Amino acid sequence: MEYKVPSMAEMAAQSKTPEILFWVGCAGSFDARAQKVTRAFVKILNQANISFAILGNEESCTGDAARRAGNEFVFQMTALQNIEILNMYEVKKIVTACPHCFNTIKNEYPALGGNYDVVHHSQYLKELIDTGKIELNQEASTTVTYHDSCYLGRANGVYEAPREILESLKMDIKEMKRSRTKGLCCGAGGAQMFKEDEPGDKRINSERADEIIANGAETVVANCPFCITMLQDGLKEKESSVMVLDLAELIVNNKKW
Amino acid sequence: MIQQIIFIIVSVLALGMAGKQFLDIRNNILLGEDNPIDQKDSGQRWKNMFLVAFGQQKMFKRIVPALLHLFIYVAFLMTQIELIEIFIDGFLGVHRIFAEPLGGLYTFIISFIEILSVLALVATIIFIIRRNVLKLGRLHKPEMKGWPTNDANIILGLEIILISAIFTMNGTDVLLQELDPSHYPSTGNLAVSSWLGPMLFGSFDQGTLVILERIGWWAHILVVFAFLNYLPSSKHLHIILAFPNTFYAKLNSAGEMENMPTIMNEVKSMMAPEAAFTEDAGGEELPEFGAKDVLGLSWKNILDSYTCTECGRCTDNCPANLTGKKLSPRKIVMDVRDRAEMIGNNIKKQNKDCIASDSKSKTLSKENYDDGKSLFDWISKEELHACTTCNACVEACPVMIDPLDVILKMRRYEVLTLSEGPNELLSMYNAVEQSGAVWQMPNERDAWTKELNND
Ligand code: SF4
Ligand code: SF4
Repeated sequence: MEYKVPSMAEMAAQSKTPEILFWVGCAGSFDARAQKVTRAFVKILNQANISFAILGNEESCTGDAARRAGNEFVFQMTALQNIEILNMYEVKKIVTACPHCFNTIKNEYPALGGNYDVVHHSQYLKELIDTGKIELNQEASTTVTYHDSCYLGRANGVYEAPREILESLKMDIKEMKRSRTKGLCCGAGGAQMFKEDEPGDKRINSERADEIIANGAETVVANCPFCITMLQDGLKEKESSVMVLDLAELIVNNKKW
Repeated sequence: MIQQIIFIIVSVLALGMAGKQFLDIRNNILLGEDNPIDQKDSGQRWKNMFLVAFGQQKMFKRIVPALLHLFIYVAFLMTQIELIEIFIDGFLGVHRIFAEPLGGLYTFIISFIEILSVLALVATIIFIIRRNVLKLGRLHKPEMKGWPTNDANIILGLEIILISAIFTMNGTDVLLQELDPSHYPSTGNLAVSSWLGPMLFGSFDQGTLVILERIGWWAHILVVFAFLNYLPSSKHLHIILAFPNTFYAKLNSAGEMENMPTIMNEVKSMMAPEAAFTEDAGGEELPEFGAKDVLGLSWKNILDSYTCTECGRCTDNCPANLTGKKLSPRKIVMDVRDRAEMIGNNIKKQNKDCIASDSKSKTLSKENYDDGKSLFDWISKEELHACTTCNACVEACPVMIDPLDVILKMRRYEVLTLSEGPNELLSMYNAVEQSGAVWQMPNERDAWTKELNND
């Protein structure tokens, strides 16, 4: 099939309103690795026949990293601009593949006047599977491990939806010792992604990579573009063959359509 | 009679002194900014307090230390019941006033306390070994040098004295009940002392037993008084403050950062210039953003710091600390307490050197406090910059302390008020401002769609 990605502006021009807005985020838009996840997710949306749209150039950074670095001015500027646009299009439901965007829009935009129903793509994908909108191959007999991102896990308590997707793919989940509430950070959050580390013995992603390798699974599944970058870098440094995949990619790899 | 008078004097002094110290702590907590607590969800707040403080829910992530800690804690709670009797006996000059009226119930309560005391003794000894012989990692980080480690050992020591006192008091009493039943009402068969007493003290004469019984009784109450007066300067304040602290803990998503309405409104007026005219034009001083000192934190942040048990579960789970960075969330919390103590003491003593030079008032208060120092003298920028905001520390804390909140408020001060911060972040800020993305990108935001149909 030919995949389509309508924008809000195009839809509005035809006076149509999509069911959901897919919030792509900076990483999903610009980072080469995360773009693959974005495309995988869009393919799923197309396949499941979901009426969705993106903001395209009208989308800006949510401001998560700037706010956590302490720069409230930059945060407010970009956040208020986003809210203005979201409210202009009367957006009700937002899906995003980035837990940082998810957390900021869901928990922080309301205080600025932006109230939406926000879900992370892992929750949304789970819903699509449960309602039979996408069908999966269930022959995948690989062992995977799952890396909880801080902003989906501890910050928002979403631990089960992603695991349930893995279960519906009939994958063997081999949990790491540090998982769920005890999940170890990849090292990217709080604007760390955009700066050098403070002096220490080791990088955080390297610590996590060691744990992943010791775990022995063939694939580590993640739910965040920044985790994916961090884990991939950490594993590459150790010349490991463990693959890092997002839930959406895993679904596309095991699709039955 | 003399004993009664001494008891009354000692009690009044001990309780008065402790009361004063607790008031000081209250004042130190109120050094923080007034941050109204949302009362709408008080059901959830009560639940947190009940489960986390009273039920020690978060301790049970690790079962063995949780059980050992529970023994000490329940023994402590139960000893309070015994104290009621000690107080009444002491004031009225009587002996074991509840023994006769309560009968079997009395035997049960005292036996229960005895069994718990044995369990608490075992737990205490294991904790002493764990801390000093096995040298558990999280109990020996740099911030634990000196006082914090002594503090822990002093309390464990007091615990042992207390338990020895209880068994001396009860054990000798059991023997005296037979020798002098008119003065020593029967307590029934006590679970531990009824056999331990004769075993330890069986060979002593009545005179010695009377003295030993008094020594045990006085040691018991004196240790309790000492503990009460020691508590305010110890990490053991958590046995009291864990209750308010869990009650007032944040209910919103752990990922939410508090909004800054002043900045929001300023940015809003910049975005809609026509509205800007309604605000009075410039001239006034820019407010201080973020927290430079404990005076800029909220009272809850300071309450957090007084509640800290210094257990180090936060630091043990901190990714930055695990990989050798200087940041330790426990240290952040301990620093806040140290600094609050210092400011509180200076204000209490009316140390005139700490009055800000531009102040008109001659009395020192938190409004005109300036001793030339700030919380940044305790917490370095290197520590602040290393935090990934992962919330592992918040999640790990058994008494719901939020070290991350302090870190974020200090980062805000550094960036917004000082215009400093890690240099590398400047290009991220610029990119967000100029191109609406965290990276400065030449291409369109939807460029990724181009390859959609060929990969
Ligand atoms: S939020 Fe910061 S201080 Fe707390 S555990 Fe994570 S990195 Fe450490
Ligand atoms: S902040 Fe909490 S986890 Fe950390 S040392 Fe204090 S009580 Fe323990």
